[in-house]
Amino acid sequence: MTDEIASITPIPVCRYEELTPGRGVAVLLPDGSQAAVFRTFADELYAVGNLDPATGAYVISRGLTGSRGAVPTVASPMLKHVYELASGRCVDGPAGPEPACRLPTFPVLRDNGVVYVLDDPAIPATHDGGKS
Amino acid sequence: MRILIVGYGMVGHRCASVLAELAAAQPTHGQDGHADPVTITVLSKEARPAYDRVHLTSLFSGSTHADLSYEDPPGIDVRLGEEAVALDRAARTVRTTSGAELLYDVLVLATGSRPFVPPVPGHDLPGCFVYRTVDDVDAIKQYAAERGAGAIGAVVGGGLLGLEAAGALSSLGLNTHVIEFSPRLMPLQVDDAGGSALRRRITELGVTVHTGTRTEAVHAGPEGAAAEMLLAAGHEPTDQRTLGVDLVVFAAGVRPWDALGREFGLELGERGGIRVDAHCQTSDPRIYAVGECAQALDGRVYGLVAPGYTMAETAARHILGLDSTPFHGADLSTKLKLLGVDVASFGDAFGTTAGARSTLYVDENEGLYKKLVVSEEGRLLGGILVGDASAYDVLKPLAGTDTALPGSPIQLLLPPSDGEAVSLGVGSLPDSATICSCHNVSKGALLEAITSEGCGTVSALKSCTKAGTGCGSCVQMLGKLLDAAGVEQSTALCPHFPQTRAELYEVVLVRGIDTFTRLLAEHGAADADPEGCEICKPAVASILASLSGRLGGPKHILSGEQAALQDTNDHFLANIQNNGTYSVVPRIPGGEITPEKLIVIGEVARDFGLYTKITGGQRIDLLGARVEQLPAIWRRLVDAGFESGHAYGKALRTVKSCVGSSWCRYGVQDSVRLAIDLELRYRGLRAPHKIKAAVSGCARECAEAQGKDIGVIATEQGWNLYVGGNGGFRPRHADLFAKDLSEAELLRAIDRFLMFYIRTAERLERTATWIERIEGGLEHVRDVVLSDSLGLADELDALMRAHVDAYADEWRSALDDPDTLRRFVSFVNAPDTPDPSIKFSTEREQIRPLLSIGRRPEPAVGPAGDRKDLVNAG
Repeated sequence: MTDEIASITPIPVCRYEELTPGRGVAVLLPDGSQAAVFRTFADELYAVGNLDPATGAYVISRGLTGSRGAVPTVASPMLKHVYELASGRCVDGPAGPEPACRLPTFPVLRDNGVVYVLDDPAIPATHDGGKS
Repeated sequence: MRILIVGYGMVGHRCASVLAELAAAQPTHGQDGHADPVTITVLSKEARPAYDRVHLTSLFSGSTHADLSYEDPPGIDVRLGEEAVALDRAARTVRTTSGAELLYDVLVLATGSRPFVPPVPGHDLPGCFVYRTVDDVDAIKQYAAERGAGAIGAVVGGGLLGLEAAGALSSLGLNTHVIEFSPRLMPLQVDDAGGSALRRRITELGVTVHTGTRTEAVHAGPEGAAAEMLLAAGHEPTDQRTLGVDLVVFAAGVRPWDALGREFGLELGERGGIRVDAHCQTSDPRIYAVGECAQALDGRVYGLVAPGYTMAETAARHILGLDSTPFHGADLSTKLKLLGVDVASFGDAFGTTAGARSTLYVDENEGLYKKLVVSEEGRLLGGILVGDASAYDVLKPLAGTDTALPGSPIQLLLPPSDGEAVSLGVGSLPDSATICSCHNVSKGALLEAITSEGCGTVSALKSCTKAGTGCGSCVQMLGKLLDAAGVEQSTALCPHFPQTRAELYEVVLVRGIDTFTRLLAEHGAADADPEGCEICKPAVASILASLSGRLGGPKHILSGEQAALQDTNDHFLANIQNNGTYSVVPRIPGGEITPEKLIVIGEVARDFGLYTKITGGQRIDLLGARVEQLPAIWRRLVDAGFESGHAYGKALRTVKSCVGSSWCRYGVQDSVRLAIDLELRYRGLRAPHKIKAAVSGCARECAEAQGKDIGVIATEQGWNLYVGGNGGFRPRHADLFAKDLSEAELLRAIDRFLMFYIRTAERLERTATWIERIEGGLEHVRDVVLSDSLGLADELDALMRAHVDAYADEWRSALDDPDTLRRFVSFVNAPDTPDPSIKFSTEREQIRPLLSIGRRPEPAVGPAGDRKDLVNAG
């Protein structure tokens, strides 16, 4: 962890074992917005926005994880847009990739068995799967 | 820039749409550089929104006005029922029927054409009609209805429009006659022999054809309406005869509606039509003319919609100062189905090119006439196809090109027979051939996408080139093009599994594999990422659920690793809705429910504030439940004796029934009891797609069983079984599978049919598509199920027994499992806070989702069935 990151208060999500591999959970952020935290089958952690930009519903956490090549993804349960978990980019959808639809990403940490997200848009997401 | 469009037919509408779209994309600027916003005003003589005139005939076969209507393009001023009456070119104003004076910078005339009515005596009597507008169609329908079935309708004109009109009259049950002045039908498109083949086919359909016949007069009957036509085949008095009629439709051609141009000094063509240049500009550069009111640079007036659209686009781009494709003329090739008969004509159909030679294929027994015209060098120039126009898609792009034909012309025309069929495939087309006419995509562009962009599937080609995303008729060609380019089209389920779903089912069954991880590790693609994807995970979960009885006894679909494989609907045992809430549908077998249970549903809905609606499957949908409310709702329902209705699963949904012989005075069997038995037998059965069933107690079929995957209809002797019916986007009537079965025979047949379907169908394949796709079709399925042709029957029976024995209510099991219940929270870090984004308004005394800002508007066009499948299949 860099000093910069340490200066932000991490938001506790839940204990790591509570996360089901291959699924996500919804997280309420202090400002009222929502994040979706995923644990993949490979036991990596990712956090993206919970709002599905294609439909305006807060449902991304209920999507199915998967992969495109070796890149982990989540498919929105609404219209099946597929987003890269690390970058938030929309790489597939009913009419192909939609660059205009993009999920925000959040750094996610695991410390002493507890999972945290960091909510500060000034911080670039680490995209390392949160294995800190 | 003020743009005024006069005329709001198909071409006027297209012109307005293109202008609106282009103007929105790049705001134009005046010549001095300052902003000059584009305003678009349209005058429409008809007092209704623009509509699809080409499919006017479909109004006779059940389409409604709304089906044909087009949406107004955004941001334009459409003035319905307002006509232009005067034009002042110097002042640049148009006066309208309302008295308004509209100033324009650019005027577009898209006034179309008017029907040509030969000036014979009596042509304007009551009972005489033309065939051009929705109002004409309505008037014909009403008049025909007043005359009753068996009335006689005559169409004057045996061309394209006349035969369309004849088809319409015929569909109204009229005794239909076609009167054509020239010696053959469709004189502009086909030759004498083609005309007689067409005539034979149409005569067989009960339409009387009079060719080489003039209409001399229409005489009134005692009521003052058209009652008799005077026809003449020659010029002697003895050539005259009469035809008793109730209704006459004049469809003998159209004339350009060029009155504005004519009266206000624009240059006209010799035979009418406002003369335009390659940019569709008239002799006044501020005035454009497009479509049927214009005479193009090649001296022709185009009455087809495709050239009209091209002109509209050319003019629109030129008006806005953008590059535009000059319009020099268009191809008049056509392919249509008239009265159910294929007719196509393309290129130099009449062989007028010097040195042209024809090859003919005529089969009077089958009503086929085909002709190819080739040049001296053996290149295809054009052709005519009557009775079977299936070769049109490949032949038309070849015509007029320098490509050698893939065989001798006669080989191309002969029906394929063993050993000598010449491949008339997409491979024989030149690169310049247009494959997708909607988006104007050539074969060359598609090949480029395949080789350079690496498009290896039809869907990749679609998203890369847009081909196939318009009317969709070329999608099959895209597949063939991939084949021809040597791209092996994968039947793999997804990148993680090289097998088809049916193959994976066999693997799971034979090897007894009971987890996704093991299946992927042992049978997945070599380089597959262990994550799987949203395609293979639910598909494997469904196979595991279908076989759960076989794989070591009852297992909840959310137990262990399977929880991670399910789509959100299966994961929460409810159907997700547009605002992220869920719907709850308890099972009501056969649609039978006691008053006490009805009251419980009402109380639950009231107490949880849910929206209620009766479904098409004879049960009750409770909508608007938040994730964290679901277990409490189930608890109330389960305690009252309800169970999950599996509305969320690719599984048996409902078995609908009519009230049957216990109450109905016509009923011959107890359809309600059988429906309940079937629903309880097959409840929870996971399948490649949803399964719907119904039982009718007599041949009146009130349960609509023939629209279901499994339909049962009572007979005096037992039950008739129908399979493969389907509602939705592409409805299909079920096929009769077996007759007069006893109840035991019926259950056995359905058991085997369903298990064979589950075993061999692809992912998301309904029984309707499965029967049409599977090799051998319905006959093969019948052999397997009724005659055990594959020796599978015992195994299919055993699998169904295992399913029935292993069934358990998924809601109750979830309520009993704390691990599963833990997932039903709004937020993992704030389980007591309901999702603040879910809000409702009130409508008709019930809740309605208030969708968040940022939600996209519904697509204007698009099959709702598709979307339903994507969202919740509920």
